Amino acid sequence: LLSARIPNSSMVRSLDIPEVLKEDDRPKWDNKFQYILSCVGFAVGLGNVWRFPYLCQIYGGGAFLIPYVIALVFEGIPLFHLELAIGQRLRKGSIGVWNTISPYFGGVGIGSLMVSFIVSLYYNTILAWVMWYFINSFQEPLPWSACPLNGNRTGYIEECHESTAVNYFWYRRALNISSDITDNGNLQWWLVLCLAICWAIVYICTIRGIESTGKAIYVTAIFPYVVLTIFLIRGLTLPGATEGLVYFFTPNMNILKNPRVWLDAATQIFFSLSLAFGGLIAFSSYNSPKNDCEKDAVTIAIVNSMTSLYASIPVFSILGFKATTGYWDCLDRNIIGIINEFDLPDQSIMRDNYTIWFGFLNTTHPKKIASLKLRSCDLQEFLDASGTGLAFIVFTEAIILMPGSQGWAVLFFVMLFSLGLSSMFGNIEGILTPLLELHVVSKSVPKEVLSGVICLVSFVTALCFTLRSGSYWLEVFDSYAGSLPLLIIAFFEVTGVVYVYGIKRFSDDVKWMTGRQPNFYWQVSWRIISPLLMLTVFIAFVTLQTQEQPSYGAWNPKYVCRPIFLIHLFSKNIVTIFSYLLMLQN
Amino acid sequence: MHNKQYSRSYFHNIIRKVYFFLNDRLFQGQCSMQPPSLPVLVLELLIFYLSLQYAWDASEEYLFKAMVAFAMRRYSNKETTQISNVLLCNMTERVSFWFVVTDSARNVTTVPGSEVEAAIRMNRNRINSAFLLTDNTLQFLKISSTLSPPIEPTVPVWVIVFGVVLCLVVAAILFLVVSGIRQRKKNNNESAETGDLEDKCDTPVTTENGIPCDILDLKAGQINGVYAADDERFTPL
Repeated sequence: LLSARIPNSSMVRSLDIPEVLKEDDRPKWDNKFQYILSCVGFAVGLGNVWRFPYLCQIYGGGAFLIPYVIALVFEGIPLFHLELAIGQRLRKGSIGVWNTISPYFGGVGIGSLMVSFIVSLYYNTILAWVMWYFINSFQEPLPWSACPLNGNRTGYIEECHESTAVNYFWYRRALNISSDITDNGNLQWWLVLCLAICWAIVYICTIRGIESTGKAIYVTAIFPYVVLTIFLIRGLTLPGATEGLVYFFTPNMNILKNPRVWLDAATQIFFSLSLAFGGLIAFSSYNSPKNDCEKDAVTIAIVNSMTSLYASIPVFSILGFKATTGYWDCLDRNIIGIINEFDLPDQSIMRDNYTIWFGFLNTTHPKKIASLKLRSCDLQEFLDASGTGLAFIVFTEAIILMPGSQGWAVLFFVMLFSLGLSSMFGNIEGILTPLLELHVVSKSVPKEVLSGVICLVSFVTALCFTLRSGSYWLEVFDSYAGSLPLLIIAFFEVTGVVYVYGIKRFSDDVKWMTGRQPNFYWQVSWRIISPLLMLTVFIAFVTLQTQEQPSYGAWNPKYVCRPIFLIHLFSKNIVTIFSYLLMLQN
Repeated sequence: MHNKQYSRSYFHNIIRKVYFFLNDRLFQGQCSMQPPSLPVLVLELLIFYLSLQYAWDASEEYLFKAMVAFAMRRYSNKETTQISNVLLCNMTERVSFWFVVTDSARNVTTVPGSEVEAAIRMNRNRINSAFLLTDNTLQFLKISSTLSPPIEPTVPVWVIVFGVVLCLVVAAILFLVVSGIRQRKKNNNESAETGDLEDKCDTPVTTENGIPCDILDLKAGQINGVYAADDERFTPL
């Protein structure tokens, strides 16, 4: 047919002859599977394991899935498709793409580059913490299972005794945290070493750009799924697992009236899919132009969400197990206290009739009961955890309770490490590809040197997170550098492509690449729904941020509180506040 | 913490309080039936039983007396303390009782508390193992036991693991860098060779209108500027 041989007028404008000639210069993926795995690995990260289950649980279990799916369908997938399409079509990294769309939009590309750099700084620090725990998991017994002895060996170290051994190990032995963000302290040499190793590993995997990440991704993207399955099987066989799962999935529809839920669902989808980093644009730019990016986008986004759901099952089984164990401990301690005080025969009070007995004794001998200072046992208290709190405190405590703890600990931390590493690949690619295009270095300098320089500069800059106040800085970075800029960039991405590049031109490009015109859903989402949704989320986010004082949770061993068991509760609440402020993407 | 480990067990169900009663005043080999109103060194013993391994009966009391007498003998190196010197008082159903150690050599006076304390401290592990308990399940209030330190290997484990990881990482980096340099050298050599070949053969590159012929194989075809502008005039097929 004549029309098949003569390209139409729009293609004349968009198809640039020199570009086609340059096709062979650009590196490309070995196969499609590598590309899909890289995008999946980039999207699936630590947040899928520790942010999503937490959100699901505090926002009414199964009911949270409704705003989550709506956000996925109207915000996540359209933006994802947009980024993949634009990268694949224009075959450039983020800076090149936005400069091509309009020179006024070049700032969006630079913004993506900066955000990728900043996020990779603190993301790798979290991996350094994971590495430290991994290195310490080979001991018998695990170092966080028992409090260390004090100087004259007559008891346990007081800071540990007042709190728990797991908290002590995290705040003192791993972070050696100061009580204030202004109190910087020294570099913690063990963290510096771990950070150096982590950046060295990142360098190894990204040394030649996608040639090396493409090979590494086979391991780092698939291994977490294997481990999650193992944990799923182990978790479901633990006692108390069903309580955790029931608690997690029980839908509470009333929660949907709270606008906070919708905001959190939108931001969670957004950060989980790693949008606006420039990494996705970089990945898809290495594709051949005639690739079905629509199918890829839908597939990867759905895989990401499925992974979140899949990961939450073992997480909540194990949390349920830990909560049940802790709850039983609490009950037993109370029962013993009561039996001793009232000189009752043993076995008279069991766990199931504890509440009846307690009620009876409280009415008949209230003073005696009050003098016992019994702790109220609440199953929920043990289930509220997310972020680093979930991984390093709650989960490590649960692992001590399982037989064969060293193996489980090693497995868990290697899984976290590979989850984070595959996301780091995307971040580094989001830095490397634009820099290569900016021609900051001459052609004769090999790519290895550039990636080495990036890793070195990042390592030196990230040393600030290994100070004693490092984790506070990390939290600040995560809350304020890794959230708002991404929303702004994404909003400008959508409006730039739809209204500056032109939706008609873009649809034709997509048609050229995939073979079909984007259907009504895409048109409506790109033109109206997504920009509107982005704007609403942005405004709501800013409004909520300005209403609260910027704050961070601190660990202060000098904090005095009576009675002593409240310190334990307080430290647990710190963990919850700490991790609630820590909105981790991916 | 060890306390937690024990209470974590699903089977512990009994606390027994053993009041270890030491005082420097006279008890004259008799138990007073009321709680002592004298300022006394009361050592409270808390025992958490993992499971009911045995019932606490008269034989267990005998063993307890024997262990205390043994501790006193070992400490003072005199073989004068007899089982009859150790008296249990005020036995109740839940096995709480008081304890007195007398000294028959000194006319039925009680042994000073500090001596008994020291004797117990010296032989703590023997007493514990006799009852299949540990320092944490058998706690004396006044005697803070020196907790046995955890086994520290000469080289901390984490250093070993760190060393292994470091070596692997360094080896991988060296390998990759060296292989990259070699690849580059090979490419340079090859391009130099093909450059030589081209100079030798001087194959003509077919061109047409300034465009090399092999490019014309593209599916998209080549746009002839003459016809492109007229596209709108033609009816679409």
